[in-house]
Amino acid sequence: MDNDLSSQDKKDLDKFIKFFALKTVQVIVQSRLGEKICTRSSSSPTGSDWFNLAIKDIPEVTHEAKKALAGQLPSIGRSMCVEISLKTSEGDSMELETWCLEMNEKCDKDIKVSYTVYNRLSLLLKSLLAITRVTPAYKLSRKQGHDYVILYRIYFGEVQLAGLGEGFQTVRVGVVGTPIGTITLSCAYRTNLAFMSTRCRDSQFERTAPIMGIIIDHFVERPFGNVGHMHPCNYRAPGEEEGGYAGVEDSQEVCTTSFSTSPPSQLYSSRLSYQPPALGAADLCNPATCGGAHPHQMAVPGKEGGVPQVPMQPYHGAQAEHGRMPSCPAHDTAHHIPATPSSSGEDAETCSRSSEQKSAGLADTLETTFTRKVGAFVNKPTTQITTASLDLPFAAFAPRAYDLEENDPMVHPPDSPDTSSPLQGSLHSQGSSETGEQAQEDFVMVDFKPAFSKDDLLPMDLGTFYREFQNPPQLASLSIDVSAQSMAEDLDSLPEKLAIYEKNIDEFDAFVETLQ
Amino acid sequence: MNCRSEVLEVSVEGRQVDEAMLALLHTILLHRSTGKFHYKKEGTYSIGTVGTQDIDCDFIDFTFVRVSSEELDRVIRKAVGEFKDALSNTGSDGMGQISLEFYQKKKSRWPFSDECIPWEVWSIKVNVVNLANEQERQICREKVGEKLGEKVINIVEVINRHEYLPKMPTQSEVDNVFDTSLKDVQPYLHKITFQITDSLGTSVSTTMRRLIKDTLAL
Repeated sequence: MDNDLSSQDKKDLDKFIKFFALKTVQVIVQSRLGEKICTRSSSSPTGSDWFNLAIKDIPEVTHEAKKALAGQLPSIGRSMCVEISLKTSEGDSMELETWCLEMNEKCDKDIKVSYTVYNRLSLLLKSLLAITRVTPAYKLSRKQGHDYVILYRIYFGEVQLAGLGEGFQTVRVGVVGTPIGTITLSCAYRTNLAFMSTRCRDSQFERTAPIMGIIIDHFVERPFGNVGHMHPCNYRAPGEEEGGYAGVEDSQEVCTTSFSTSPPSQLYSSRLSYQPPALGAADLCNPATCGGAHPHQMAVPGKEGGVPQVPMQPYHGAQAEHGRMPSCPAHDTAHHIPATPSSSGEDAETCSRSSEQKSAGLADTLETTFTRKVGAFVNKPTTQITTASLDLPFAAFAPRAYDLEENDPMVHPPDSPDTSSPLQGSLHSQGSSETGEQAQEDFVMVDFKPAFSKDDLLPMDLGTFYREFQNPPQLASLSIDVSAQSMAEDLDSLPEKLAIYEKNIDEFDAFVETLQ
Repeated sequence: MNCRSEVLEVSVEGRQVDEAMLALLHTILLHRSTGKFHYKKEGTYSIGTVGTQDIDCDFIDFTFVRVSSEELDRVIRKAVGEFKDALSNTGSDGMGQISLEFYQKKKSRWPFSDECIPWEVWSIKVNVVNLANEQERQICREKVGEKLGEKVINIVEVINRHEYLPKMPTQSEVDNVFDTSLKDVQPYLHKITFQITDSLGTSVSTTMRRLIKDTLAL
């Protein structure tokens, strides 16, 4: 037997590999369209079905794949990869899995190209069909629609797995030995489904090519207006069943509350990068009012009682599908609650003090605000939980208003030293409202299941009620801006007031006399 | 030639038995079916096309792929139905085993009948559990779905070792290797058998044997 491949065999092998790559991409992309795939068996060979499998060719996908390959074939060091990612209606994206078609050097010289290799490639495609329904992204893709869509990207070259987060798993679909190398098909999929802030990852995304294709169900209206560079996949085969999609229209938009498992020290380190949030219970889930700062992606420090990973699977029995992942969680504004009583307390105090001490007093309370807050989450986490847990179930996740108001030095301010006002003034405006820090930490999104509530039948019940009223809007009279303004005015009017007081100094002395 | 034997184990609830068995058996058969052969002159043949279908399970969070062949589906469903009935009838612990055996026929001379030589046997051990409430059933749905996913990955792993497969037969031999009775696909010759174990962990046949022996001993 010849050691070198005959030219006919070489040509055949190249053709097989090329069409195998194209068919692989078709299978992967079609499995993420969100529909059930059904093709017919045909006993009479048509000659156009590669690998004897009925796999439809979506033209755009073939076009993208050919563009990525640019006439080359997968070879050693140059793999063909299909990256599947998820993009929410708010614009966040997350890589879910990467399918890699690689070639390595191990050659199998004795294998018959036209026969064994072909059949084994066919077997590998069947395995791919089976495995694409097994990875976690399949279930996510079946539920795409209003809240998120699944996107694909084909690239050629080195495999990039960095975007899959920590602890990603790999499943090998199969290998086929050929005379020029061994073809390996595998999938690396993300297991950590926590959301990352796109701010942190923008740079990562920009270095790679922009996401090309959008797999969107053509029964559903385009939910996002801002996807200008994406094109819908308007492929529709005749006679294909549409049953798989009925559920999307009914899917509930249950707003998931997020609980962070990040350590309390996060609060302290991210203190300075604060952004004023828009408070308001009804607006919580609306990204627009959050000022586009994606606060729902930020870590919530100090929330102990780490709730485990979000179950991505649906509750089949119920209509409440927790497909909506990125919604603004309630915890974020729960975080704002501690600010309001304390800042309100501090405002109240400032108003009641005499003007000489006003700036100093303000500064002091601010300082104590700072240290107190850090202390709250770092030093005394356990006490908070234990006191809170006496009152409600899930009290660990309840707003900290209850605890803080009792012990808050803002309400009962201690004595404090003098400090210079301008510095404190700037600190006040920055630090008084609660933080919406841009944490580097991922946070875990979990479904909120209030105790004693049935989550299946009436999803608009206890859980929703609890979430909505957890974060009442701030009282207008206690808003920070008003006090900030008044402080500036106070500072300006200070000299005049001092002059008046000096004039009336006798009156004050008489008053003091009466007290003694 | 040694027969390759693989064992898969699953624990399911009563109403999940059908779908779990169908999922695994169809996944195996997907890999062990080809298109219909059409033999031409000069000893060459062409192969028909195999279509595939996604099937969602009702009682399990799982979707599997099977070949698009109603006939094959009917055959498998019938066998699984019998297995399920046997599982629920015997009043056993709910433990049983269903086997999918791929074999080759070897023609023997008269008066001996044809030999069936298995070359691959897949055994799926089933343990039926009873659940108390809806909450547990919900968890079971998801867990069994994940387990089935793992089993599919196992199946694919075994198949991709590319171990022994019967040689592609000539026209005269094709019925010794493939099941040519179906109209649209051509799986390898296979048969499905099952065994139910009673609560003592032994199979019914051994219990009967013991009973008879004991009776005779008296």
